[in-house]
Amino acid sequence: MPKDELKTSFKWIGTRPDRPDGLDKVTGRARYGADFSLPNMLHAAVVRSPHAHARIKKIDASKALALDGVKAVVTRADLPTGLSGEDLNLQDNTLAGDVALYDGHAVAAVAATSALLAKDAAKLIEVEYEVLPHVIDVDDAFRADAPVIRPGLADHSVPKGAPGNVTRYIEFGHGDVAAGFAEADLVREETYKTEATHQGYIEPHACVGQMGADGKGEMWVCTQGQWYVRRMCAAVLGTEASQLRVTPSEIGGGFGGKTTIFMEPLALALSRKAGGRPVKLVMSRSEVLRATGPTASASMDVKIGMKKDGRITAGTVSFRMQGGAFPGMSPIGEALPCAFACYDMPNVHHEAYEVLANRPKAAAYRAPGSPMAAFAVESLVDEMSRELGLDPIDVRLTNGAKEGTKSSYGPKFNQIGLVETLEAAKAHPNYAAPLGPNQGRGVASGFWFNHGGETSVSVAIGEDGTVQVSVGTPDIGGSRASIALMTAETFGIDYDDVRVNVVETGALGVNEPTHGSRATHSNGKAMYEAAGQAIRELCKRAAADWGIDAEAVEWADGAAQPAGPNAGKFPPMSLREIAGKMGSTGGPISGHHEITMGGVGASFGTHVVDVEVDPETGRTTILRYLVVQDAGRAIHPAYVEGQYQGGAAQGIGWALNESYIYGKDGRLQNTVFLDYRIPVASDLPMIDTVIVEVPNPGHPYGVRGVGETGITPPLPAIASAVAAATGVRLRELPMSPPKVLAAIKARG
Amino acid sequence: MRYHTPATFEAAAALAAEASGVTRFLAGGTDVLVQLRAGMVTPDDLIDLKKIDGVKTMARTKDGGWQIGVAVSGAELGANAALVADWPGVVEGMELVGSTQVQGRATLVGNLCNGSPAADSVPGLVAAGATVTVTGPSGSREVPVGEIPAGPGKTALKKGEVISGVTLPPRGKNGGDAYLRFIPRTEMDIAVVGCAVNLRLDGDKIAEARVVLGAVAPTVIVVPEAAKAIIGTTLDDAALEKLAQAASAACKPIDDKRGTVAFRTDVAGVLARRAAKIAYDRAKGAK
Ligand SMILES: Cc1cc2nc3c(=O)[nH]c(=O)nc-3n(C[C@H](O)[C@H](O)[C@H](O)COP(=O)(O)OP(=O)(O)OC[C@H]3O[C@@H](n4cnc5c(N)ncnc54)[C@H](O)[C@@H]3O)c2cc1C
Repeated sequence: MPKDELKTSFKWIGTRPDRPDGLDKVTGRARYGADFSLPNMLHAAVVRSPHAHARIKKIDASKALALDGVKAVVTRADLPTGLSGEDLNLQDNTLAGDVALYDGHAVAAVAATSALLAKDAAKLIEVEYEVLPHVIDVDDAFRADAPVIRPGLADHSVPKGAPGNVTRYIEFGHGDVAAGFAEADLVREETYKTEATHQGYIEPHACVGQMGADGKGEMWVCTQGQWYVRRMCAAVLGTEASQLRVTPSEIGGGFGGKTTIFMEPLALALSRKAGGRPVKLVMSRSEVLRATGPTASASMDVKIGMKKDGRITAGTVSFRMQGGAFPGMSPIGEALPCAFACYDMPNVHHEAYEVLANRPKAAAYRAPGSPMAAFAVESLVDEMSRELGLDPIDVRLTNGAKEGTKSSYGPKFNQIGLVETLEAAKAHPNYAAPLGPNQGRGVASGFWFNHGGETSVSVAIGEDGTVQVSVGTPDIGGSRASIALMTAETFGIDYDDVRVNVVETGALGVNEPTHGSRATHSNGKAMYEAAGQAIRELCKRAAADWGIDAEAVEWADGAAQPAGPNAGKFPPMSLREIAGKMGSTGGPISGHHEITMGGVGASFGTHVVDVEVDPETGRTTILRYLVVQDAGRAIHPAYVEGQYQGGAAQGIGWALNESYIYGKDGRLQNTVFLDYRIPVASDLPMIDTVIVEVPNPGHPYGVRGVGETGITPPLPAIASAVAAATGVRLRELPMSPPKVLAAIKARG
Repeated sequence: MRYHTPATFEAAAALAAEASGVTRFLAGGTDVLVQLRAGMVTPDDLIDLKKIDGVKTMARTKDGGWQIGVAVSGAELGANAALVADWPGVVEGMELVGSTQVQGRATLVGNLCNGSPAADSVPGLVAAGATVTVTGPSGSREVPVGEIPAGPGKTALKKGEVISGVTLPPRGKNGGDAYLRFIPRTEMDIAVVGCAVNLRLDGDKIAEARVVLGAVAPTVIVVPEAAKAIIGTTLDDAALEKLAQAASAACKPIDDKRGTVAFRTDVAGVLARRAAKIAYDRAKGAK
């Protein structure tokens, strides 16, 4: 399967050693966000709005402050003014200004000598509200007569006459869609809807923050990106970024939700007010669900024209997406280009409106925007394939994007692996497994761009010839293992002789978070360059020892070697040997590389799912699930498979049962995992995986990101399987049993 | 908060009678401690019953029934093969509660007295005709389980009353019971609908039956019309259909985040049919 132009035989890459962080994690020794404590530390609690939309008329903290042991209270009045753009958004979300914008919006915070006391004190902070009209649903918010929740925030892109809650508009396309539809044998147009879902990471947000009156501070925090926390906290508090040192903890999941801040500045602001005593702030699960960033909800119109043979002649989408009460948070800019990315579209047009609603500030969630777009487009492609009696994989093969295709969003694709995933799915035994009564099969493909981004990496050679790698990206999905494998490969040393450390903001230049499926990809490249620098120095030391030119030395099998017979006859000089005397041959040997990583390799996947639907209760059971995805190169195949399975599992939850449920009062009703129904282990079959490897030419080891694409096909794949099993097509998520049963009964 | 460990039920009842604030008995604590941690209920007096002699025992009574202590956990019930053979429906209701960890603590009486309309062990107990012993300031009395629930979060127990034991009647011959619940997932969820059926056969015909629904009304409900629909039948399709209709007709559910009125009403009928079939097969000797 590998279409290799790059190196194909490896000693370490492609093997499955234990992860370096494994023992700590299974023995409970690993330190997560809430595990940090410092002497003299205070504990904080947050007062949150019980209303979806309310003017804050008065905050009276006098009773709380009168309690023995209460050391500080902060409100918006303690934060600087004059911020704009996303900095203002972050500040507005950290603490409500004049108006609380959603149920759970922070209004005040208090620090006390114990967590219990802080909770009691929070209850004593009296807030007087004037309840304002609210709007929750994306379609309701888009109506011309909806209450306009934040007037004046529309940017220049918004067309005149758009409803008052619209803050952004995007439109693009190519070809002639009218002509394309005219050419089609079948034209269908449908509307699809998805609810907001939460990433559901197991570890709630937690931090310890310390800041003195001089604005110098430290923070220990569970995050996907310590430099983002540093920059965002400094912006919200009006301090200098470099004066804040941020150390990431181990992380119990993030999926994009920890690429931003929610309550971190509160710990620092409380600390500053409490004479610099460190302040610990840990969210409860309910706070996580009410006040951190879920993904957007979406309402989406799709129109597709198809020839009888399945060839797509034209497609249009018009999306409305709600990302909370803050402008710029909905992923319309990602959803649109993902919508038709799997197809070679001669004629295509996209438009999308961002709409504000009284909900928490959305954050990234695994391939933001792409799963919703895929739900709309892939569902309709499936409906049309069935109507025309065509195999859904064949239809995708007929139209599939490949190397050289002008993508639906403009640029030409280089080497990509969509067709390879479709072929592998078609050949897989799951695609031919017999189905029983009330069972059905669904297929869908999905796409994610992947991201490179700002990356700074150091490697340093130890005196004993082992290698230490410093990276700035918290290890969420096994990236330490993958980076260690690539490092071992590059130096020609053992995997166990490499230690990869995730370091604090003081130890490297700026790094973007572990997001956009970038950690293995970008660090791999930066490590490769940094290692090259170290290797050149190692060769120089050997050359000096041998008394020959540095150019006459090459690095192979973990040792400096004379390059060819003319260089002279010397036995290889191992890394260990050179390192052992580096102090006397010129000093420490290290390498460093900084890059804004380009060369991203787009990633495609195809999923095949079999379900059984109980016709009497509408309950869907996942019988079989297959993920086929192009990894470029699977550095550590077990963790690649884990990413594929994780994406599918989250997609299954989103498709079947997860959703934000609001009461008429605009309050979130399902604020614990009992009612926010992520799948439990027994809900899932073992998820089958096939790793396709079409190497990314932009990466020294062919890596594409693998973290996100896996959540893009499940929503439509499952909807199509349910349709096949029941004869009814659900165009609104989640496909919970009451909805499925109602649809079955309506069919008659 | 005051934490008490009385040595007798009489002492426990006296403590509760004298307490003036929020009072909770503590059995497994899987409701009490969760509510405490969530800030929903912070008791002033917490009366732990687990130090009372005999609360962890279960034994067959002279007449062939069962006497079960108030601190016996779900896992312990499930491990008692003789009890499971007699009352599989009662035990499977309790075993649906929570996870393995929760099973090590959670009790029948805690499930009953927490007062949830969706409590999983309650329909089975009511269908079986179980009773509880209520001990209070003026002595002890036997009360049918079905008379304890009084609405969401409420029981008919008076101030100073504590349940000191659970009694299951003798199973007798040719009987079978079953409990089914509907949840959207496979585990760790609250019943959207629950249904227990207990019946006895005379040959192939159903001679006695009790059909009980959970989560479709403010309290568990006994549905005599549903029992009537199957008594005297061999549980043929027509009887099953009537059973389902009667069960659905008895529902007085609410629309909430867990299910709609229409859905709960429909599924109550479906579960009644399915539970009746299992109970029937068990009465016929199926394992
Ligand atoms: C993760 C999890 C999952 C769960 N899943 C389910 C489920 O699937 N189905 C379900 O029905 N429940 C479920 N529950 C709820 C709970 O586990 C059950 O209700 C359990 O049976 C309670 O028993 P307990 O012994 O722990 O009660 P406790 O918490 O000790 O007490 C519960 C209530 O009963 C009262 N009480 C206890 N003993 C007596 C007594 N002897 N006399 C008078 N009053 C008394 C207490 O005062 C309290 O009000 C779950 C709970 C958790 C934490």
